[in-house]
Amino acid sequence: MAEGIKDKVAIIGMGCTKFGELWDKGAEDLMVDSFQECIEDAGIEKKDIQAAWFGVHFEEQSVGKGATSMALALKLPFIPVTRVENFCATGTEALRGACYGVASGAYDIALALGVEKLKDTGYGGLPGGPGLMGSRNALIMPKITAPGSFAMMATRYFAVYGLSPEEGKKMLARVSAKSHHNGSLNPKAHLRREITVEQVMNAPIIAWPLGLFDCCGVSDGSAAAIVTTAEMAKKFRPDPVYIKSLQIALSSGEELMYTKWDGAHVETGLRAGALAYKEAGVKDPRKEISMAEVHDCFSITEAVTMEDLQFSPRGKVKEDIEAGRFNLDGEQPVQPDGGLKCFGHPIGASGLRMMYEMYKQLQGKAQLPERQLKNPKLGLTHNMGGFPAMNIVSVAIVGL
Amino acid sequence: MVGIKSYGAYIPRYRINHNTIFSAVGFLGTFPPPGENAIANHDEDTLSMAVAAGVDCLNGMKREEIDGLYLATTSQPYMLRQNSALIAAALDLQNSIRTADFVGSTKSGTSALLSAFDAVKGGTSTNVLVCASDCRVSKPGSSQEHLYGDAAAAVLMGSDDVIATLEGHFSVSYDFPDRWKATSEKFEHAWEDRFIRDAGYAKIIPETISGLLKKYNLAITDFTKIAFPDLYPREHAAIVKRLGADPGQIQGSLLDKVGDTGSASPLMMLVAALEDAKPGDKIMIASFGNGSDAMFFQVTENIKKMGKRRGIKKNLETKKELASYEKYLAFRNLTPVELGMRGEIGFRTPMSTLFRERKTVLALCGSKCKRCGTPQYPPQRICVNPDCGAVDQMEGYRFSDKKGVLFTYTGDNLAASIDPPAIYGFVDFDGGGRFWFDITDCDLDSTKVGMPVEMTFRRRYVDESGGVYGYSWKAMPVRA
Repeated sequence: MAEGIKDKVAIIGMGCTKFGELWDKGAEDLMVDSFQECIEDAGIEKKDIQAAWFGVHFEEQSVGKGATSMALALKLPFIPVTRVENFCATGTEALRGACYGVASGAYDIALALGVEKLKDTGYGGLPGGPGLMGSRNALIMPKITAPGSFAMMATRYFAVYGLSPEEGKKMLARVSAKSHHNGSLNPKAHLRREITVEQVMNAPIIAWPLGLFDCCGVSDGSAAAIVTTAEMAKKFRPDPVYIKSLQIALSSGEELMYTKWDGAHVETGLRAGALAYKEAGVKDPRKEISMAEVHDCFSITEAVTMEDLQFSPRGKVKEDIEAGRFNLDGEQPVQPDGGLKCFGHPIGASGLRMMYEMYKQLQGKAQLPERQLKNPKLGLTHNMGGFPAMNIVSVAIVGL
Repeated sequence: MVGIKSYGAYIPRYRINHNTIFSAVGFLGTFPPPGENAIANHDEDTLSMAVAAGVDCLNGMKREEIDGLYLATTSQPYMLRQNSALIAAALDLQNSIRTADFVGSTKSGTSALLSAFDAVKGGTSTNVLVCASDCRVSKPGSSQEHLYGDAAAAVLMGSDDVIATLEGHFSVSYDFPDRWKATSEKFEHAWEDRFIRDAGYAKIIPETISGLLKKYNLAITDFTKIAFPDLYPREHAAIVKRLGADPGQIQGSLLDKVGDTGSASPLMMLVAALEDAKPGDKIMIASFGNGSDAMFFQVTENIKKMGKRRGIKKNLETKKELASYEKYLAFRNLTPVELGMRGEIGFRTPMSTLFRERKTVLALCGSKCKRCGTPQYPPQRICVNPDCGAVDQMEGYRFSDKKGVLFTYTGDNLAASIDPPAIYGFVDFDGGGRFWFDITDCDLDSTKVGMPVEMTFRRRYVDESGGVYGYSWKAMPVRA
């Protein structure tokens, strides 16, 4: 009988670059930066690493296929390195690979590293192109962009819960304004300016009803983690962070092609969340999860995720947003580091960047006192890839 | 008796007023008469319009009984790759079918109709669908630009339940060089109008009509309606007079409402005449282009049983003015426009994928689970219904003729589009099935969740480096 990996694996070191439009750094530079911080934090040497998992999504924009780019950049000494890719959930997939490698008993120490160099395309937004979803889809799918796909969920959410465009946009504006406040306090964030609800609402429309500030940034960055067994963890440091659960769920086609899905939530988020709570033994997520970094690629994504993860009752997230529940000083802070909103979304790195914040907060090592949350117990990361109708959601829960 | 079993037409939603053209390029010295032209949207062309007219014509007809499809046009997208075969695929017609392209002259519409008649009469075909369509790109500032309009008509020729029998025909052919275009050229050439009018139009049309009357020993006054292209309105009236016809016998003009629709023109007028026809009516049509074909029809009692058609009337009623000449130029790819680097990402059409998936892509066919009855698009081998999951229990299911409602949508300014924002959304089909589609002929302000939509065959992209025009189906608000 499978029993999951709760408390079998611990993170003993992490690294994260500053995220941003890093015109003078390539993907290899970013890998070296996050890796060096990571092994220094873990107090290990490169030769101690027995296996590595490497996450990058748009390989054609930067490092090419396979995992050799990381092995070469970091000069890893002929160890197994596996490249993983699962849309925007790629970073968490790298961590999952490393954790399962350790949990299986195959390795004592493993590396997970994610990187993305997005700002070499010459245009805003994520790299596009008809071939990204395969050749049949290229012939039948509309030219859906990331903001457009999530905008359709906002349209649907407004319709299902009877919100006027103004009411809906205001709810979403509060999500972004909150994250910008948190990002303004974080030296590693890309976007570090406070914005007002009015600014968000009046911003140019990218994909109706989402405006510019409903969208996360587009950035370069890298993040990395060293994991080891729970037994060995305390040999490396007094405050390792333990994996309580690590779950992932993928769409079955039901949302896209069957008419049951309401379009106003992400089914995989609900499923992966429920699996993660079961593995971690969490009964009441609204009370037990101290803080979360969720996949706020767009404001609407964060809003529905609060419901999918059972932080807010279905259809009631607006009340929690208005009450400030998810603010840095609220009952259940979400995106304490500023989120994708302010870090931007270098695809392969984001899942590990989220974990970096949870790791530092749990250790009481958020860089500035005004950012540090008081005694968090359990942190959650939620990393989503794809479109609301066809996607991957991974949920990880960690604690001391 | 062999004749017309059904008819249909398509006029695109956009109209451009001649004044809009004049105010932009009038300095070049062309003075258009009052009126407007029907303008294909940026995602429409000869083939997409031919399919739309075909859909209108086949409404309520049995598609599996169609064994011939002819396309008539002077603006076919492909020189090599049969355009009519592509239309037959889009209409989800059977494989055992004769297809042929009739091209190169504006009389190709009547030539195709006569060939369909011959095929049915000779017993080599049973039901032949003739689609006549023209979407001609004219040089900015040319007289053709304000003369030509985009539209398509379709006529189904058969021998049972005909609404009008084809009673007679007469043709003349001349290598009359009024307009010409070499294979490699984008725009046509024309000799001077006075030559076309006086040496061609004013002589060839009376010759063919008189020939028809003489051949069948008929008088011009025997006809309820007479229709021939009115390229030169004053000369058109003079011909009517010379023929001894009463102006009340002449089919009303579409020139100032749709424009000269080339190959489609005589069939458009025929459809318009049939819309008002009563049993016993005699209708004569004649074409013009390197000669002329004249033919006459006798309307039968079956005309009373004709199902509802969009035809000419409904298509004329629903329109939207395109007030920007510059936008028209962009739609026709007559001016370079900035689509952003996102719009410059190349795409090589995988032809073998396209052929394997032809029913999915061109005919909008999905599958329907024989166990639970769930329609699904694209076709699946394992049923998408989570409570079913049957494996390989599917039958084909066509979505192109199903209506639906808009489940959700967006107007996307990031997506590369010639007419931003790119509007797309999910369609929940009546009878089941859901998928995402581009939404066309639509304005963001009037788009609503729950809005009724129908499907329309469109040109989705042009792959210039590969020489490929890519087609598939989009959704659009149900047209009245």
